[in-house]
Order: sequence, then structure tokens, then C-alpha cells
Amino acid sequence: MNDSLKNKSLIKCSDVNVYYADQQALFNINLDIKEKEVTSLIGPSGCGKSTFLRCINRMNDVIDICKVEGSIKIDNQNIYDPEVDVVELRSRIGMVFQKPNPFPKSVYDNVAYGPKLHGRILHQSDLDSKVQESLERAGLWAEVKDRLQEPGTSLSGGQQQRLCIARAIAIDPSVILMDEPCSALDPIATAKIEELIDELKSKYTITIVTHSMQQAARVSQRTAFFHLGKLIEVGDTEKIFRSPEHEQTEAYVTGRYG
Amino acid sequence: MSNQNFQKRHRAEKRFKAYGLISLVVAASMLAVIIGSMAYKAIPAFNNYTLNLEIDMSNQSTNSTIEDINYRGLLRDSLFSLFPEIEDRSKKRKLSKLISSSSSYNLQDFIIENPSYINKKFYFNVLFTDDSDLFYKGYVDTSLPESERRIDDDEVLWLEYLYSLGRVKNKISSNLFLNGDSREPEVAGFFGATIGSLITIFVTLILSFPVGVFTAIYLENFAVKNRLTDFIEVNINNLAAVPSIIFGLLGLAVFINFFGMPRSVPLVGGLVLSLMTLPTIIITTRSALQSVPPSIREAALAMGASEMQVVFHHLLPAALPGIFTGTIIGLARAFGESAPLLLIGMVAFIVDIPGSISDPATALPVQIYIWADSPERAFVAKTSAATLILIGLLVIINLVAVILRKRYEVKW
Repeated sequence: MNDSLKNKSLIKCSDVNVYYADQQALFNINLDIKEKEVTSLIGPSGCGKSTFLRCINRMNDVIDICKVEGSIKIDNQNIYDPEVDVVELRSRIGMVFQKPNPFPKSVYDNVAYGPKLHGRILHQSDLDSKVQESLERAGLWAEVKDRLQEPGTSLSGGQQQRLCIARAIAIDPSVILMDEPCSALDPIATAKIEELIDELKSKYTITIVTHSMQQAARVSQRTAFFHLGKLIEVGDTEKIFRSPEHEQTEAYVTGRYG
Repeated sequence: MSNQNFQKRHRAEKRFKAYGLISLVVAASMLAVIIGSMAYKAIPAFNNYTLNLEIDMSNQSTNSTIEDINYRGLLRDSLFSLFPEIEDRSKKRKLSKLISSSSSYNLQDFIIENPSYINKKFYFNVLFTDDSDLFYKGYVDTSLPESERRIDDDEVLWLEYLYSLGRVKNKISSNLFLNGDSREPEVAGFFGATIGSLITIFVTLILSFPVGVFTAIYLENFAVKNRLTDFIEVNINNLAAVPSIIFGLLGLAVFINFFGMPRSVPLVGGLVLSLMTLPTIIITTRSALQSVPPSIREAALAMGASEMQVVFHHLLPAALPGIFTGTIIGLARAFGESAPLLLIGMVAFIVDIPGSISDPATALPVQIYIWADSPERAFVAKTSAATLILIGLLVIINLVAVILRKRYEVKW
């Protein structure tokens, strides 16, 4: 029927419940994310889509009052198993944040940070080529190749965000999580990032949280609609936008709600 | 209507700016008055009048050793030879008291260094006593009745005669900068106290900087938030406000009485000042760590950095300027502190220059206190001079803080 059938599920979430102290933020989420596809998570503000995204690389662990129940399996391993090493897990998952947050270091050091951190690259020349490769893949190489030693924070907003993407892919993750990566950017920078996401999906499994329905429609193959902490509907993007099964989804995607 | 409203707002703004300017002028002029009056009072401390005496060692018997020579007698004979008319013993004694009692030691040191002068006649500069010195500097009012001055009529005549001989010279006082304390104001200097202060502050820095920074990192990034850590936090904030003399009492009770450490040493001084500086360092380090944007921490964690790597790769470098500033503010406060040092015995009269953390020493603020408490008129100028040096050193410390802050500043 469509191309999503040919990809197998990489991430399987079953009965995920998340609580912030006494308040439940996510209710029984069952969602599969398929390999080498872009899955977008949409929904009104506060619906729990970012919370869900942060469950996938256990960034919610940082928040003291946050408690996660249920299982999220990546490659058939439950990442919430007690023996799972969070640091190792995060070295397999890249994350791009809402606001570009390059380290206050040089462009080069920003990209080289991950490979150096995980000790995967031992020779300087290998590191140089890794940095170049990552920047090329993030579509930033041409713009920054002469200013690798300048601080990453001196780039423009869109460049900073692509630098953050280069930083994330430099550790060769299997999954890239993007939390509203374009919300702080202008339309031209947004278009570049969307183009980039489209290219990256051939190598990486991408999950993107977005507030823009057009963006979800443009970049993703599958879309999940969240509302008030519940997963209302998930399916091929085309179907979600053309003929959603649920009334709430239809109301949201047509702009009558939220 | 609205026009009036705007005018009112502009007037309010001008008034506000004027208030600010007035406060600034008041503050600056107060500072200028303090520094200016200090500097004015300190002037007589920076020079000394000396007397050029002819020393006749040609009659020295060759079999006496250098230590056996009667240097005091040599100086007296030389001085008396300028006043052949004085026969009376008590007057001779009074005359010999015009020159500093330190002179004979100076002459001895000179001869030990230059033994070739034995059997020769030569000229040697000796210091006047503080009272004679102040007379030359114009601080003795001769119109007062004789009983109300430190220099009586005979001495006035003699000093004026010596001056007329052209043997009196005005020299920069190297004693002030190079000596330790002394009972004789003309000999006393603040070098010993300055070295004592520097050693003490060094001990304080070595102890309080690592302990303070690591405590702050632990509390900020690793400690579980519970009642115990809340309690610790409240207490640290409280400690920062505890009067410094309490830390002195603590040091006396714990370090000296319980652990049996010696009195008056920079090691104990440094320990006590560390206790005082620690809360400041902990509080400023924590706020510097807090001011690093959380997005940097998240980015590093998401890259797979461990908590410790997040701290050492990202938070600490970004917080460094704030940590330096806090540490230096704490150290500057410790540097100017006297009360706790009084209690652990660093107020002792110490002539020798301290050479290690376990040598008896005093500190610059304590030296100021000692001199301010001394009755001799000449110590007034010394007190001001030492205060100026203390302020100067504090300015240097604060400049270092500014330079370090600029050097390590992170641009976001």
C-alpha cells in the first residue's frame, strides 16, 4: 500500500506512562517508530509529545520528579531495564533541541566533542575527516569550512541548528530525536533543515516533534497525534492529513482546534 | 493632556538620574577623603633624617674580634666630638639619645660586611630617634612650654646645630619597606607583616578554593535534594554572615587548644580564614554554576556525557569567571581581616620576617592595629603608610579578579 510497510519497527513503546510528581503526563502510549523513516509527533501544546520524545533517550531521568513506567524497546532491548547504561544509550541516540544550543567552543570542537567523548576516534586525521563528513552531511561544510576555529555561537541561528545536527550525527547514532528544531528559525533556515531531514532519513531513524502541520506533512512519512497525554492516532502522514480516523485528529489537522 | 503626561515622565527620569549622580559623587568623594587623608598622614613615614658621623677606628686594637668592638662607644665618641663643650654626664646621656639605638647594630653589620674599614676613619650615616626625626620634619611645636614637648630646649639647640653643620640628610626610609616590626618607630617596617599576610592568604587559598569549589559542585549537581541538604544549605548561607571573630574563637578552641597547633603561625591563620572564606566561595560557585544555561547541560547529556563530564567539560569552564570572582572577593575579605587573627595570637610582637607557614608571623591588618595602638607619635604615620599598602594590595587583588574574569569569559 505504501512505503512504510517495507520498514521494520526500530523502537517499540508499550504502555508508557509518565508522571511528573502526582500528575500523569502520558497515558498508556503504544507506538512503534519505524527504521529509516521520519516520524512526526504533533499535537497542541502540553499534550506530552516532547515528554514522550525525551523518554526515548531517557533525558527525563534528569528531572527528579519525573517517573516513567512501561517499556521502550530499541533493537529489542528495553532501555528502562536497570542494567542499561544511560550514557551508552545516549551515545546511540542523537538529539536536537528547540533552541540551537551549540557549546561555547569552536565549530570544530562542537562536532568533535561526541567522537572524542566516546573515544571512538584515536587519530587526529580521522577526527578531521569525521568532522568534515558530519558537517557535510548537515549541509554546513561549505559555509563553515574556513571558520572552523570560530566559536559555534557566532554562527547564525539556522547555521547553529545545523551545527547541532552535525554534532548529533558525528556520534553515528541510529536514532535522531528532534524537539521542534525549527521553531526558533526563519522560513529559509527552516526550509534548509527540512531538506536536510529528508536527506538524513536514508541513514537514520528520525523522530521529530513539531508544531507546524505543514512541516509534519512535508518531512514525515508517519505522524502521531497526541492530545492531553494520550496518543489519539498514528498512521501514514498522508492518511492522517487526508482521512484521519478520529474526529479530534481531523479537527486539529484542519485547524479547527488547537 | 498626554503631552503633560510625557513631560512629567521625562522630569521623573531626569530626577532619578540626578539622584544617581549625587550618590555617586558622595560615595566617590568619601573614598577620596579617606585615601587622601591617609596619604597625607603617611607622608612622614616614607623618609628618615640621618646623621653623618665620622667614625674613628684607627685606634682599634687588632686582637679584638669584630663582635667585641664597642660600636656604641664609637658612635657616642663621634657624636660627643661635635659638642666638645658638653661635659656633664647626664647631658651627654641625653645627647646620645638623639640617635637611634639601632645605630650600633647597623654599624656592627656594616663592619662585619666590610672588615677592611677597621683601622680606618670613615663617615657613617646613623638614624635619628623618632622624636628627633619628627623635629626635623616640623612636627614639634617649639612655641609650646618645654614640659609639653618630647624635645626639650637643649635638644632643640643640638639638633639645630647638627643641621647647621650640614651633617643631617633626608633619606627615603628603606626600613619601612624592608623591616619587620620594632619597638623603635624609626626602625619598624611592615615587610614582616606583609609576608605574614601573603603566606596566610596562600594557605587560605590552597585550602578553601578546592574544598569550596568541590563542595559547590557536589551540592549543585550530585547531592540528592532532601531535608539534610536543605539543612546544609541554610547553614552555609548562615556561616557567611557569622562575625569573623567567632571563627577566631573556633580556631583558638579547635586548632590550638584541641589539636595543639602552635600560636601565631600563618598555618592556623590560614585555616581560620579558610573557614571564613569557604561559605563565600561555595555560594558564589553555586550561583556561577546555576547561571550556565541549562540547554548546555542538556546538550552535553544528550551527547552521552556522564554527569561528571558535563561538569568538567561544560559547566566548570563556563562558570570559571564567576568562581574566580567569588574566590577573590572571599580572599580579599580574608586579607583585610584582623579580628580572628588576634585571637589565634598573630598579634604578637614579631621582629623576624616569617619564612614558612609555621614561623610566628603577624598580618598587615593586625600590624595596623598594633601600630595604631602604640603611643609613639611616629607610629601615626606608619599606621597610615601600612594602611595605604593594604589598600594597594587589595586593589591589585581586585585587578587580578577583573583580568581573570575577562580572560575566561564565555560568550553565548
